[in-house]
Amino acid sequence: MDDLESRASQALADIENTETLDGLDALRVGLLGKSGIVTAALKSLGALAPDQRKARGAEVNRVKERLAAALAARKQAMEHVELERRLASETLDITLPGRNGERGGIHPVTHALERISLIFARLGYQRVDGPEIEDDWHNFEALNFPPHHPARAMHDTFYFADGRLLRTHTSPVQIRSMQGRQPPIRIIAPGKVYRSDSDQTHSPMFHQIEGLLVDETSSFADLKGTLAEFIRAFFERDFEMRFRPSYFPFTEPSAEVDIRWDAEDGSSRWLEVLGCGMVHPKVLSNCGIDPERYTGFAFGLGVERFAMLRYGVSDLRAFFENDLRFLKQFA
Amino acid sequence: MKFSENWLRELVKIDADRPTLCHALTMAGLEVEEVTALGEGLDGVVVAEIIGADKHPQADRLQVCSVDAGLAAPVQIVCGAPNARVGIKVPLALIGAKLPAGIVIKAARLRGVESFGMLCSARELGVDTDASGLLELPDDAPVGQPLAGYLGLPDASIELKLTPNRPDCLGMTGLAHDVAALFGAAVNVPGESVAKVTSKARRGIRLEAGHDAPRYLGRVVEGIDAAAPTPLWLAERLRRAGLRPISAVVDVTNYVMLELGQPLHAFDHDSLHGDIVVRHAAVGESLKLIDGSQVELDPGFVVIADEHKALAVAGVMGGFDSRVTDSTANIFLESAHFAPAAIMGRARKLGMHTDASHRFERGVDPELPARALERATSLLLSITGGQAGPVLVAESPADLPQPVTVRLRRDRLVRLLGVQVPDVEVVRIFTALGMRVEPRADGWQVAAPSSRFDIEREEDLVEEVARIFGYDRIPTHAPAGALSLAIQPEARINEHAMREQLAARGYHEAVNLSFLSADLLARWAFGEGLVPLANPLSADLAVMRPSLLPGLIEALRHNRDRQQDRVRLFELARVFAAGDPPLETPSLALAASGPAQAEQWGESSRPLDFHDLKGEFDALVAWGGEPQRWSVYADPLPGWLHPGRGARVTHDGETVGYLGALHPRLAAELDLGADVHVMELALEPLLTRRLPQSSPVPRHPSVRRDIALDLPEDVSWSQIEDVVRRSTGVVLKELRLFDRYVGKGVEAGRKSLAMGLILQDASRTLTDDDADRCVRQAIAALEQTYNAKLRG
Repeated sequence: MDDLESRASQALADIENTETLDGLDALRVGLLGKSGIVTAALKSLGALAPDQRKARGAEVNRVKERLAAALAARKQAMEHVELERRLASETLDITLPGRNGERGGIHPVTHALERISLIFARLGYQRVDGPEIEDDWHNFEALNFPPHHPARAMHDTFYFADGRLLRTHTSPVQIRSMQGRQPPIRIIAPGKVYRSDSDQTHSPMFHQIEGLLVDETSSFADLKGTLAEFIRAFFERDFEMRFRPSYFPFTEPSAEVDIRWDAEDGSSRWLEVLGCGMVHPKVLSNCGIDPERYTGFAFGLGVERFAMLRYGVSDLRAFFENDLRFLKQFA
Repeated sequence: MKFSENWLRELVKIDADRPTLCHALTMAGLEVEEVTALGEGLDGVVVAEIIGADKHPQADRLQVCSVDAGLAAPVQIVCGAPNARVGIKVPLALIGAKLPAGIVIKAARLRGVESFGMLCSARELGVDTDASGLLELPDDAPVGQPLAGYLGLPDASIELKLTPNRPDCLGMTGLAHDVAALFGAAVNVPGESVAKVTSKARRGIRLEAGHDAPRYLGRVVEGIDAAAPTPLWLAERLRRAGLRPISAVVDVTNYVMLELGQPLHAFDHDSLHGDIVVRHAAVGESLKLIDGSQVELDPGFVVIADEHKALAVAGVMGGFDSRVTDSTANIFLESAHFAPAAIMGRARKLGMHTDASHRFERGVDPELPARALERATSLLLSITGGQAGPVLVAESPADLPQPVTVRLRRDRLVRLLGVQVPDVEVVRIFTALGMRVEPRADGWQVAAPSSRFDIEREEDLVEEVARIFGYDRIPTHAPAGALSLAIQPEARINEHAMREQLAARGYHEAVNLSFLSADLLARWAFGEGLVPLANPLSADLAVMRPSLLPGLIEALRHNRDRQQDRVRLFELARVFAAGDPPLETPSLALAASGPAQAEQWGESSRPLDFHDLKGEFDALVAWGGEPQRWSVYADPLPGWLHPGRGARVTHDGETVGYLGALHPRLAAELDLGADVHVMELALEPLLTRRLPQSSPVPRHPSVRRDIALDLPEDVSWSQIEDVVRRSTGVVLKELRLFDRYVGKGVEAGRKSLAMGLILQDASRTLTDDDADRCVRQAIAALEQTYNAKLRG
């Protein structure tokens, strides 16, 4: 009995001092294995008298449990140390670039166009589309530009052999949207437009967004409110703004909208950003809408202008060169 | 419209300073485009006369002048101007004067000779751009008088950007009325003069152009001195309005045009034969104009003719043969009304734009001709002398524009503007604008002056009230009214979301012009159904693009030429095809070149290939949720694709686009390498999306079996897929190709494919036997159909 106790004490000390898993396993075999001392002690129980056997059996089992627990604890401790050691060696340079992280980007003009469309969508304007190759009636005549009218001279127009033309503004979409539909109407029509003009500040193709609202109550004050709200939402800041009388054949009264733009050098100037007005009654009648019952307003803006102001682009032509060094600035 | 500020201030007395005036004009719809200050800082510059001029002893080009500046003694000035000579009156900047360019005049010694001031050119004084010599002043210029006072300086040349609806402001008197209304001031326009008739000379006038030319006034002025100098004040006003003084007769007609807005013309009376005939041009009738150009006319033009031939294009320009020269003694002065519709576009058609056509096509007051003719005659007589004949009038009253009265309802005004403008203010505005107003119970009855062609209907009056009342006084509020939500259908992919997806996959959006050169399209062999422009800006921008790819590839090349070795671009725009109306099809195109992946430290670089683009295609198609509607075919392919590395794409059996490697021949022609891959698809099918309909998730586990087969190389994966699917039935959930090998160990002309069959039954767990049976069926079918061999 004393022998088992003392050998167990010795074994516990050995377990604590073992440094390797193999050594620990050898100890386990020597203690708990088939010919281990604990096994031997259990085997020897059969030789004892039944009354002694029970007490001795309990003693041996206590020793066995203690040893097993010590072995397991030691093993876990050693495995923990082993894992720590391995983890300590498993490092990498986390600052190296990852794989397939390249991103493309959306063109700044489409981006601005989308943003503008979203703002008006929130105000309940539905997005509509029209052809880029238009006829004279939709592009001019229905919008109250008589043939040869000097106002047409402000629209340098591309023509096709059959008399059709590339739309010079998105306003013909107004006509197409009003035809065969009755108010209330709230639409915006974004898209490409064309003028045969090309220099530093003119591109023969550019983008416009046309807006139109027709209902039984709208007034010039509503137009002012709508555009003020839009400008604030788009630029996310307040501007000094002015509505200046102007002339478009399809609106009356007509206005141009200027915002007070502060340049980086501290100077400030008025910048024209929008054209707008109350829809001309002739235009409403041309589309089968009763101008006595309904009034409305329309506005049109150049998307490139807004993109230039918003993103600090100084050269219009950069938008159409598709130079990745430019495009990547907007990714 | 450019004009002298001082002139305007003479016609309407206002106290406002220049910035206030300009702001008010702009805010009234008469946008000030440019303001050029003239003759500021001319202190110390006086009128002087050169009384002596000797050659400089040391310098050929200089003269030593003795100048009378009204001082006690003549001043000695060294001068290099070529026109310096005894007897002329010129501006002299005395010592201490500071010129606009910043020059301070000091006593100086020029090549050894002392000079006590400087004789000046117009440019040095900032009064004009002429720097060719000294500014020569009229002989009667008073010596010693400060130049600024003499020239009516300082002044400013103000340029307005007038909208086409305001031709009335193309004359100073019209402009003065608007300014008067804005500032509540009174106009002070020159009274209507009547020149004394001292001659009986006449000429018949016949109107034969109907309502195109309903009023024509003329008069003969005999015995003029056409070479008489134009007075300085008149010349200065012309100059400040951007017109160069030419000769007394021309200057007077131009002056009256500026003052009243009525274009006039003077003919050499002695060159005319018989009556003046105002008629439409004959077919092919031609005429040499004053500027020397020869123009070919048609009956769309109105001409002023005599009994022999056309003399002038009405409302555009006079003819060369009947022009007034310095030796002209007798003139016939014309002052007529032409209908805007008869002049619109005519000058443009002749490739010209004149001050007269600019006014007539916008509309000139039909009541002006008589007044303008009298004004011009009076001015002319005072400058050139001569005897005026009686005013000759031809008119067709029925064809003249009729004065309009327009009703304005008070509630309409409020409704359109969203603000209540007080009645007294409305009446004040109309009255100040020269309109006659009569109150009515519900508003006003307004008669516009004959000069206001733009006043036709109620809204025109609303605009006038708003404009003068001030747009900035109209309140700002958000529209009321029903708000109907505009929500995009869920079974449709948003175009912009598609852009986002392509951007997330590494592609940059490009925006190209919609037109291309015919040459470039020919290289791509796009020849059928093109839509060319009739008036392109240049040959490079002449044809509407039938495909986005040629432009996109040009953009790709632009970037490759700028050291961008890996380029990924996409564009979303319309392509065009001939039709009635022409077809516009929204299209999506991708172009890629450079390594498959961006250069990376841990991966080996791999060239881009067909299946990289195919992956983009798969990702786009997967979004719609209905890949079964899409197929690819190896032929037929367009000529711009590599014949073996391209695919035709169909959606519901209809060809909707192509993808693949650019044809090596085209790539070489375009100076590009072999790695350029492209895709173009009609956008519409890509945007249709299946609204998801859920089915239960399978409860039983799936089984996977891998097989490796040896197959003839020309059997396509889709053929194999078909056979496997048909032979295994519904339990085959997925077929994955995980290896493809050609080379050592595989017979020539054959390939080895390794694939995994994922099998699953909805009602039970498949056993090993079930799975093995499926696989055996698949192998047997492939052996039978395509001579496949199972690899060990």
